[in-house]
Amino acid sequence: MSAARRGRGAGRVGAGRVGAGRVGAGRVGEFRGLGAWAAGFYGFLYFPIVVLVVYSFNQSRLALMWQGFGLRWYVKVFHNEGIRGAAYNSLVVAASATAIATVVAVAAALALARGGEFRGRHAVLGLISLPLMVPEIVTAVATLMFFTSIGLALGLGNLIIAHTVFCIPFAFMPIRARLAGTDLSLEEAARDLYAGEWASFRYVTLPLMMPGIVAGATLSFVISLDDFIITLMVSNEGTTTLPVYIYSMIRQGVTPEVNAISSILFAISVTLVGVYWIASRAPVEAPSKEEKTP
Amino acid sequence: MSSAFESHPATRWGALAPAVVVIGVFMLVPILIMAVISLLEANPYGGVYHHFSPAAYVQLLFEFDLDDSLVFNPGYLIILLRSLVLALLATLSCLALGFPVAFYVTRQPPRRRNLLVLLITIPFWTNLLVRAFAWIIILGRGGVLDTPLKALGIIDESLGLLYTDQAILIGLTYTYLPLMVLPIYASLEKLDFRLVEAASDLYADNLTAVRKVVIPLALPGIIAGCILVFVPALGDFISPTLLGGAKHLTLGSLVQFQFATARNWPFGSAVAMLLLVFVAIGAAAYVMLARPRDTAR
Repeated sequence: MSAARRGRGAGRVGAGRVGAGRVGAGRVGEFRGLGAWAAGFYGFLYFPIVVLVVYSFNQSRLALMWQGFGLRWYVKVFHNEGIRGAAYNSLVVAASATAIATVVAVAAALALARGGEFRGRHAVLGLISLPLMVPEIVTAVATLMFFTSIGLALGLGNLIIAHTVFCIPFAFMPIRARLAGTDLSLEEAARDLYAGEWASFRYVTLPLMMPGIVAGATLSFVISLDDFIITLMVSNEGTTTLPVYIYSMIRQGVTPEVNAISSILFAISVTLVGVYWIASRAPVEAPSKEEKTP
Repeated sequence: MSSAFESHPATRWGALAPAVVVIGVFMLVPILIMAVISLLEANPYGGVYHHFSPAAYVQLLFEFDLDDSLVFNPGYLIILLRSLVLALLATLSCLALGFPVAFYVTRQPPRRRNLLVLLITIPFWTNLLVRAFAWIIILGRGGVLDTPLKALGIIDESLGLLYTDQAILIGLTYTYLPLMVLPIYASLEKLDFRLVEAASDLYADNLTAVRKVVIPLALPGIIAGCILVFVPALGDFISPTLLGGAKHLTLGSLVQFQFATARNWPFGSAVAMLLLVFVAIGAAAYVMLARPRDTAR
């Protein structure tokens, strides 16, 4: 018991002093080389990304030959009509799919979080998580055959429908997590004060779930923007998105232009994931500070 | 006083309807149609004839000889086995690489822990294609890996890693690593570290404590991680296509090939159904082995 106490105490002291107390097999749960292993792991995780970004500033015409720093390929990307068109398509699809998926997900999350236990609850939850479980390539070919069979040819509309489907669970999860973490008593208090169902939703529930909505919407935007396999199958010549365009560039040969556009896409994803991260960690508290004082 | 979502079924189902309809119509129905198409006869000019035929599934194992007799053709079985082996190896690599890291992260102070978890998730949210492309630059002939090794005189020829099964394995491991680390971390985070200290008090050395205390308690996370890596790795299309150079087909690239090039819908659907069978097995294994006890009733 006392040894355990001491062990815990040592854990709280800064890492710098831990080494001094090392006896025999080492401090409890401390492994020599574990830190180095973790460092290697993070190195492995980020090495390809660093290589990609560094080489995007390469002046050389050949992707693999370093010839000095420059923005040449970024300039080329911005003047590439094909990339501009594909980027436009990507943004339209991602924005539309996100908007629809988020609204759909908010309604579903509210019904599931506030609906109590009801028949079919598990079936609905299973259906919503279906796009997460089915391998993308399977979804892709099933959607392709479905659209072809019913003769649906709405151009970007086809892509927006396909993207909305797999964006729903990504929008849904953070919203549901947020609702699960909020206090029902706040809504009940609003209702006690004669707020109607709509008023209590508008002024209490909605502000409370807002960080979840922002997180969910950001996540589905990232997922839509980055989707490749489903888009590759469902899109046609007129509806190429950025990842599909990058794929065709890679197939034609490895050029530094791919590095530049990939680095831009990477920067956008990281920024959006940052927004998601901050929004999903917003503390759950009453909409205004005054309500917190007793 | 209950919410209208609880007291009025019509309100509740009205709110659930959009999600149910969108995913039902544009995902569940297409998959059911795909199941039907896998049992129809292929039209050699694309599309299908509307009558029942088990040909697509027969084609997985047999082919017609010149005299129209069925002979065993192991070609697709080999593709299936290669996919299974690659997915299995990727899962094991992810586990070996990821478990110590998940353990390391749990032992950090909370603020640092959050940052380390964020750093694991960032590559996961970036474009799959972009990540595979980065590996082309690294593994390619005269690439980032070859050049310094050559300059140092360690190798004479290019390592020739790109467009091999090893390259596919590296790509799969890299892609799905976060899906292994995060569930293990989630189960280790809940672990009461006093149990490890108790083991240590009872003269267990560190490795024994990990083997007898940490691993059993982290098992749901380990199983979940293995399933989450194995299932998508089996159906992966990008790593085999870009890093394996399309000469080495896997289940994922075989499905894509049947639709984009061969235009054999029933056969492509049959292979896709095979992938779904593995998903179902994975999901069943998860429910039986990895679901947290308190929600299993």
